[in-house]
Amino acid sequence: MCLVRATVERAAEVLHFREADARAIVRSVDEALANVMRHAYRGRPGLPIEMSCRKLQLGGQNAANGGIEILLADKGVPVKPTALKGRPFEEIRPGGLGLHFIRQSMDEVEFSRKKGKNLLRMVKYLSPTPQVAASEGEQKCR
Amino acid sequence: MQIAARPATGGTILDITGDIDLAHSPAMRKALLQEIREKKTPKVFLNLEKVRYIDSSGIASLVEGLKASRDQGSRLILYGLSKTVREVMELSRLQKIFEIHDSEAQALAS
Repeated sequence: MCLVRATVERAAEVLHFREADARAIVRSVDEALANVMRHAYRGRPGLPIEMSCRKLQLGGQNAANGGIEILLADKGVPVKPTALKGRPFEEIRPGGLGLHFIRQSMDEVEFSRKKGKNLLRMVKYLSPTPQVAASEGEQKCR
Repeated sequence: MQIAARPATGGTILDITGDIDLAHSPAMRKALLQEIREKKTPKVFLNLEKVRYIDSSGIASLVEGLKASRDQGSRLILYGLSKTVREVMELSRLQKIFEIHDSEAQALAS
């Protein structure tokens, strides 16, 4: 897991995500992988999880500044939609926080099941840098 | 992840080093519950200065430790949280239910 975290962190750095956003992406991937191991694979070790990352191009739909798309696929038991809610925050008890972390950290989160695989798609968009925001502001003033 | 225990005023300090993730949170949970339930230590200080990362399973272990300490009438005190750890605490909205201090000196004086 620490190797995956380091790899994802590096990918986020290369794509110029701010530190806080890079940490959010790392956290989401880590929590998603943990959920697959715990729930889809029910704690059995050594089972495959496929992960791919794709740079979203500048100016794409909802991605004026680009971003990153991360796809996870596993062959575990189907995930029940009711299990994708997480626990209410007001309940102070262990567990049920991973999904909250993912949803709070990423801009888009989609679960699906295709061809016997659980699929998770997570997207994080790049926030405008202060320089870009400033230059856009200047243009509007002209 | 490594855990080392040392005596402190009124209790024990558990120094945690490394990442508290799915693979390592059971060890921290075990150490915490041993200190709280078995040794009945009145104050357990958790030194998180050298923790680079904590995930939801680590937070769950801390919540379990907190509940155990409340049951025992003891105190679980956290200190030295990094930006990353503090961020996860805030995301989980649990930062207010834990006793958190910036430094060891402040934690011991509490």
